[in-house]
Amino acid sequence: MAASMTETPTAPATVDLLAKFDPIIQTREALLAAGVEDPFNLVMEQVLSPTRAICNGRDTILLGTYNYMGMTFDDDVIAAGKAAMEDFGAGTTGSRVLNGTFRDHRDVEAALREFYAMDHAMVFSTGYQANLGIISTLAGKGDYIILDIDSHASIYDGCAMGKAEVVPFKHNDIEAMEKRLKRVPEGAGKLVVLEGVYSMMGDVAPLKEMVRIAKENGAMVLVDEAHSMGFIGQHGRGVAEEQGVIDDVDFIIGTFSKSVGTVGGFCVSNHPKFEVLRLVCRPYVFTAALPPSVMASSATSIRKLMHGGNKRAHLWENSRTLHQGLRDLGFTLGTDTPQSAIIAVIMPDLEKGAMMWEALLKEGLYVNLARPPATPAGMTLLRCSLCAEHSAEQVTTILGMFERAGKAIGII
Amino acid sequence: MNSAEVNERIRTLIEPFNKKGIAIEDATTFAGDLEFDSLTVMDFVAEIEDEFDVIISMNQQAEIENWGQLVAAVHKLQDS
Repeated sequence: MAASMTETPTAPATVDLLAKFDPIIQTREALLAAGVEDPFNLVMEQVLSPTRAICNGRDTILLGTYNYMGMTFDDDVIAAGKAAMEDFGAGTTGSRVLNGTFRDHRDVEAALREFYAMDHAMVFSTGYQANLGIISTLAGKGDYIILDIDSHASIYDGCAMGKAEVVPFKHNDIEAMEKRLKRVPEGAGKLVVLEGVYSMMGDVAPLKEMVRIAKENGAMVLVDEAHSMGFIGQHGRGVAEEQGVIDDVDFIIGTFSKSVGTVGGFCVSNHPKFEVLRLVCRPYVFTAALPPSVMASSATSIRKLMHGGNKRAHLWENSRTLHQGLRDLGFTLGTDTPQSAIIAVIMPDLEKGAMMWEALLKEGLYVNLARPPATPAGMTLLRCSLCAEHSAEQVTTILGMFERAGKAIGII
Repeated sequence: MNSAEVNERIRTLIEPFNKKGIAIEDATTFAGDLEFDSLTVMDFVAEIEDEFDVIISMNQQAEIENWGQLVAAVHKLQDS
């Protein structure tokens, strides 16, 4: 048959799997078209200290890095990392359960056990993976996870991965939590997941009551203390310690990428069977272990945080001063009182928020722009996180920047 | 409680959330027709849970798109 007579079979049209993100692309383009610097594409060309960097070409005060205790440039932390890199090389190239456990992986887990005075510690490659791994491994199909609706994405992703029944309750609502806990079918496994500090608004959970109620109803309790380690509680163990319930918490999740100043995540626990998790937790097994330099820096940092009383006091001073100052200027804040090292400034909408963010950046101040869906109640927030290395003068400077930017944008 | 009674009870609960007063039938969808955002869903689900003393987990919520499915799910839950 002549080729010209046949129709060339046409391939079926490809469905563009990225088409579903068109609304996000449009929102972003509209924002950038308004002349705003891209809030999600900032580059730090040089980092001068825990509180100063050259950002997009400008000398900038950092007020949105979660570097609460300023350990990123600590001399001992850097020296330990350098030595480990010299002695053990740049990376592990392997899983913790195969060739990826070096001396310093063991040592950082020992440091965590000392810090929390707990029997077991397990280090993951990030805090996200710690929640993903522990939650998905603990609570599987048929189990129930009762959690605060404002929980971090890593918690929700851990829930989804484990296929447990997920039952959220209204943020920090003790009664709503108790009601749902009591409705769980008899005999089902129950895991209550809470956070010490909620990172969007910087508010603290009523762990004292919640942990008690969870225990009374036969649930195991996991508390994410990512945003409290090092400066909340007598030993810096977090909100559970501060509120006197740490002994009733079954699992504490934390991260090295905030107060510790490096990267990595962990879970500490007194559960006698805890060590089995190393064999069954997929986000622990099927990924490469962190580089030895990161482990050595982290171990040094954790042990130094055990003696960080003065820095801790200064961090709280900074938090109180900034909170009061912003209130006095007329900004709307996420909490009535400073409850943590996070102070959330509530913006009227995304457009004003982005303008304010940019105005602050031009003043020489970096804060986090947070927007839905990461934020509760569809809010746009400028999230400030303080550092123990911010000087009192820097905090005064920061308040001046907020005042000028807020007036220029018309928020105050 | 039979299905009609469940339907009636949830109809009372949805009123404050149905701000545009959309007429509700079995095929009425929460995300589409009623324009419920995630916050509204949370509050509405909490009301139903408390009224019927049941749990509607997020996993179950994901399967419920319209009014008819909701009534059927709650009817089944409060029966068990």
